[in-house]
Amino acid sequence: MPIKLPSFRQRRDAYPPDLWTQCPSCQEMLFNKQLEKVLRVCSNCGHHFRLSAPARLNLLLDPDSFEECDAGLQSLDPLGFVDLKAYPDRVSAAQATTGLRDAAVWGFGSIGGRQVAMCVMDFSFMGGSMGSVVGEKVARSAEAALARRIPLVIVSASGGARMQEGTLSLMQLVKTVAATERLRLAGVPLISVMSDPTTGGVFASFAALGDVNLAEPNALIGFAGARVSAGTIQGELPEGFQRSEFLFNHGFVDRIVHRSNLRDELVKLVALLAPVQLPAPSSDNGNIPAFRPLSFLSALAERVIPESDEAVRG
Amino acid sequence: MVERLIGRSGRKGSSDADLAREPEAPADPTAAVWAKVQLARNLRRPRTLELLALIADDFVELHGDRFFGDDPAIVAGLARIDDRRVVVVGQQKGAETDENIRRNFGMPHPEGYRKAMRVMELGERLGLPIVTFVDVPGAHPGAESEERGIAEAIARSIALMTRLQTPIVTVITGEGGSGGALAIAVGDVVLALENAVYSVISPEGCASILWRTPDQAPAAALAMRMTATDQLQLGVVDEVIPEPRGGAHTDHPATAATIKTAVVRHLAALERRPLDELIEARYRRYRALGAFTTVDLEPVAIPERPGFADRLRNLLGGSARASNGTGSNPTRSHDEPPAREEV
Ligand SMILES: [Zn+2]
Repeated sequence: MPIKLPSFRQRRDAYPPDLWTQCPSCQEMLFNKQLEKVLRVCSNCGHHFRLSAPARLNLLLDPDSFEECDAGLQSLDPLGFVDLKAYPDRVSAAQATTGLRDAAVWGFGSIGGRQVAMCVMDFSFMGGSMGSVVGEKVARSAEAALARRIPLVIVSASGGARMQEGTLSLMQLVKTVAATERLRLAGVPLISVMSDPTTGGVFASFAALGDVNLAEPNALIGFAGARVSAGTIQGELPEGFQRSEFLFNHGFVDRIVHRSNLRDELVKLVALLAPVQLPAPSSDNGNIPAFRPLSFLSALAERVIPESDEAVRG
Repeated sequence: MVERLIGRSGRKGSSDADLAREPEAPADPTAAVWAKVQLARNLRRPRTLELLALIADDFVELHGDRFFGDDPAIVAGLARIDDRRVVVVGQQKGAETDENIRRNFGMPHPEGYRKAMRVMELGERLGLPIVTFVDVPGAHPGAESEERGIAEAIARSIALMTRLQTPIVTVITGEGGSGGALAIAVGDVVLALENAVYSVISPEGCASILWRTPDQAPAAALAMRMTATDQLQLGVVDEVIPEPRGGAHTDHPATAATIKTAVVRHLAALERRPLDELIEARYRRYRALGAFTTVDLEPVAIPERPGFADRLRNLLGGSARASNGTGSNPTRSHDEPPAREEV
């Protein structure tokens, strides 16, 4: 699927790109300051522009409730990967442009007064790609949510696994899903919010597995790159292929939510999905129930806690 | 891509010349890696069914995912190996062009992974260990695959394997093509044949994105360190199984015998471990994979510094980015065309 780039040629002088952005959907010129005020949604056609991780946290969490964890995690270069540029140079460049250390930020916060663990991705950092740091942050957020028995909210914005870390990036699919699977078995909810784009290895791991999957309108959500699909497999791709509405129609997304309603939806969902608090373990041996389906997982949670000291400290 | 999947060699059977020929071992590292990729993709490499015919005393294939259909690109069933009952799941490419077309060139659809999950769960219920054989260019990337939820099927299969309460031994026999491979490759022990490869994206796909031309696939293959030995060093693979001289395709029985010895040895060791310990060790195995460091820096939300919300307000006001001296344009950086990968 060819991606239509906005053309600034004719009107560049009239609309300097540091002040104006052209909507790729309706071609309207939007004043940047105004665009930020309306949550980066085109006021003309409703196109959802991408949101940075800090802006996303600000949008969804209660004011001033966010405490970031593991902010110092930084990727190494396990393969010594060089393409047209060395991988460490790409990371440094992305850090300088975004002010982030990698493509995900996680921490604790509250939504409608209820504690949650939240992990948000930022597409502007190397396409939101998942390497060791993103995988580690998602896994730690899930382990911390399990330990505290609070819902986990993950907002994805990613082209998929990070090629520069090779199969170690691929292994992050297992690492993240192993952790979210423990949440699932313990009855602690995962809310997956898919924004544009959520593709490849991120979609094929935790993003697809939410107890509730939300998507922003018209977000690109899919497994294979559309170019790959179109090039490999002869034949036309269906209308709206790999967009939120396509996923909704095929049953993989619960709700498509406009950005202006996203926080309200989460407030409701977090309240409705709040995990049942387990009674504190009693030393009284007399009343152990015959069947305790969660005991296995409580034991796991206890084993997880010492490993996530840093996470819990935050 | 189809041409590459069919392979250059359309000949049937193996000749004495093949058996005698040493694989060229080029001095140039890029050429050497590329030669391995070609060996991993060799059309006459033994597949799951060929290997089972040589390894298993009994094999009964089970078909269908009970939801949609039966995917010929994945085979699954019950087998007896060395007096041990096991569940087997593996990808299946075709040896001939006709069979390859019927089996979608070994590229599974969602129903293939759902069949795999069904049979693996059966194994768990019966207390049978699971052996998987991985050889796949990638999951099928077409529209039907997406409509039926290929990403969900892969994610769920990975999730299932992380918690199955029975030992799992995985053998990467040929191409370990990204998520489509990983979906059946989450093992307590992951073995790889000497000339197998494992990568997060095909070298052609990687080269197209990072080098902007598929012609640089050999360079991408080298950069991704996708050979079995590299994967052993990275800890992704636990043991490399040697192949006959010339490659697995030159001697199927010898290849199968070596695989059988290694699989049986690992199954025997895994079966002695208590299940909860096994599951925890499996979790830790994958939890430990990754390469990162922790650098010192101030946490985002500490009282002495401007609060997170203040900094955000600055950011949204446009002053933060301008003042950090990078001169970057946030609008542009947020809306570049997505860097896509084929998993
Ligand atoms: Zn618009």
